[in-house]
Amino acid sequence: MKGNSELGARSERARLASVGRPAWPLRLGAFLFGLIWLLIVVVPVYYMVLTSFRSDSQYLSDNPWLPIGGVSLSSYRTVFSGTGLATDFRNSIVLAAATVAVVVLASLAAAFRIVTRGSRFAAVSFRLLLFGLAVPIQAIVIPIFVLVTKLHIYDTLPTLVVVISASLIAVAVLLNVNYVRAIPKELFDAMAVDGANQHTVFFQLVLPMSRPIMAVVAIFAGLGAWNNFLLPLILTQSQNDSVLTLGLVKLSTVAQYGVDVPIVMAGVLLSVLPLVILYVGLHRQFVKGLGGLALR
Amino acid sequence: MSAGNPTLATSASSPRRLPRLGVTRKRGSLWADVAGLSPAMVLYGVFIVVPVLFALVLSFTTWNVIGPLRWAGFANWSRFFSDPTAHHSLLVTLELAGASWAVQTPIGMALGLFVAGTQRYRSVFAGLYLLPLLLSTAGIALMWQGVLTPNFGGVAWISIHMHLPLLNQNWLGSARLAFWVLVAVIAWQFIPFHMLLYQAGRRAIPPELYDAARVDGSTPAQAFRYVTVPQLRYTIATSSTLIVVGSLTYFDLIFILTNGGPGDATRVLSLDMYDTGFLSTTFGYASVLAVVLGVIGIAVAIFVIRATGFGSMESGREGIW
Repeated sequence: MKGNSELGARSERARLASVGRPAWPLRLGAFLFGLIWLLIVVVPVYYMVLTSFRSDSQYLSDNPWLPIGGVSLSSYRTVFSGTGLATDFRNSIVLAAATVAVVVLASLAAAFRIVTRGSRFAAVSFRLLLFGLAVPIQAIVIPIFVLVTKLHIYDTLPTLVVVISASLIAVAVLLNVNYVRAIPKELFDAMAVDGANQHTVFFQLVLPMSRPIMAVVAIFAGLGAWNNFLLPLILTQSQNDSVLTLGLVKLSTVAQYGVDVPIVMAGVLLSVLPLVILYVGLHRQFVKGLGGLALR
Repeated sequence: MSAGNPTLATSASSPRRLPRLGVTRKRGSLWADVAGLSPAMVLYGVFIVVPVLFALVLSFTTWNVIGPLRWAGFANWSRFFSDPTAHHSLLVTLELAGASWAVQTPIGMALGLFVAGTQRYRSVFAGLYLLPLLLSTAGIALMWQGVLTPNFGGVAWISIHMHLPLLNQNWLGSARLAFWVLVAVIAWQFIPFHMLLYQAGRRAIPPELYDAARVDGSTPAQAFRYVTVPQLRYTIATSSTLIVVGSLTYFDLIFILTNGGPGDATRVLSLDMYDTGFLSTTFGYASVLAVVLGVIGIAVAIFVIRATGFGSMESGREGIW
């Protein structure tokens, strides 16, 4: 379906461009449509950036749409010193890192066993995981809360790691299964001839070959943990265990009637900054990781 | 599969489903399976499978956090059938899902076709279009709250200084508007994802089909109607399922932006469930609402999958993975 060489791809593209080229009014219309959507996406973000650099008095008096009236860093200072957001930031980092570690390793190990299809246990597990894709997490937060309360693990960060990991594991396994399945059978056979056991096969063949998909799963799990709101909302209570999403929403509740809007905007921007850096650096894996997230 | 596995796809002919791997037909593979699968399956079993079953059990009990669980028979369920608030929430939920589908599908498809084009500027646009997917739902809610703040927000400023009284609305405080603001913000958040689906779908259509259409003298509109739409039918099914199931269970954004208000205008089922459980601490009845939510979600998913075939669902996602 795809051209084999780069030459083939280029001539294909040239052919598409010349033969399949619509008339100019259509192309102009498409451009305008694309531009309008670009504005819809960018304008509110632009507003947020601008507002985050205003002091309270500037916010109440200046034109909010133009970068005039000077830059004030007071909101950013307040975010770091005047609120609990610094703790939230630290907790979110710990939560995301731990969730990534758990989900990446557990899902790859599980995918390896599912693909090799040794016993019925693996087959039944896979069925069960596929079924879980259809269960919306919102529908089971109440039993999760009751369970966590009865197990006396309410309001701790490790509980949050474990529950969020569990909520992401089915999609993560599926992502890995699709990938591990495509590892050529000959490589497994070669290792078997060398007398390698399953442990060796996993650590010396599957793990090294799966690095690209591990990056995708890591981004998927990291985003799932970093941006999670519902599970921290129901499973934590104290300020010590609060995470960024919760902290930002608390901040905005305190900041009602719009007085502290610049501080909230600064907080939101700081919370998305690590993701923007990742997005620019790992664009490809990022887009795939996002794809998995929508299935959760 | 090739899309998910760029390095390997060229080396092996990568058939869709590989046969059993020979190495594993050994005694002792059960223990290897248990060792490899148990971390994932213990987590999943305890915090997903058990809660699914537990939700059903809880719906037949009463519990208020402090006391013990008590058997309640069908009391919670009969309450559900005569609870006007729950019926209203169910209606709002279905309206939200319907409106989200009607808004996101055409825009998502149009954008997907747009960014599937070969012009360089379109890939630059496409990179920026993904911005909403980076923000957390909480962040998106707070950003729009800022933009729409009455009197001092960005929209209010435009309305006051450019004399556009139409824009000076209490966006989240009016029952009629709040619903559509939610539909719009949800669309803002998720259209980029559906754009990705349609982009992948459009790129998978063999160019020969368009060549043939052109040779037959078809206009661009006809090519769209008779080539693009039929070829995208599985993508449309995948995207529609995700939109509908996603908005049936949508919680975070509504919780932060309107908390169901004003009045009950935007009180969706998931929000009603949250309030019933965590605010009124009537967890038994809240579980009934949760079960209803889950059953509707699963039913919609199964319906669409049955109507289109599961294999085709997978191929629709392939470009993303």
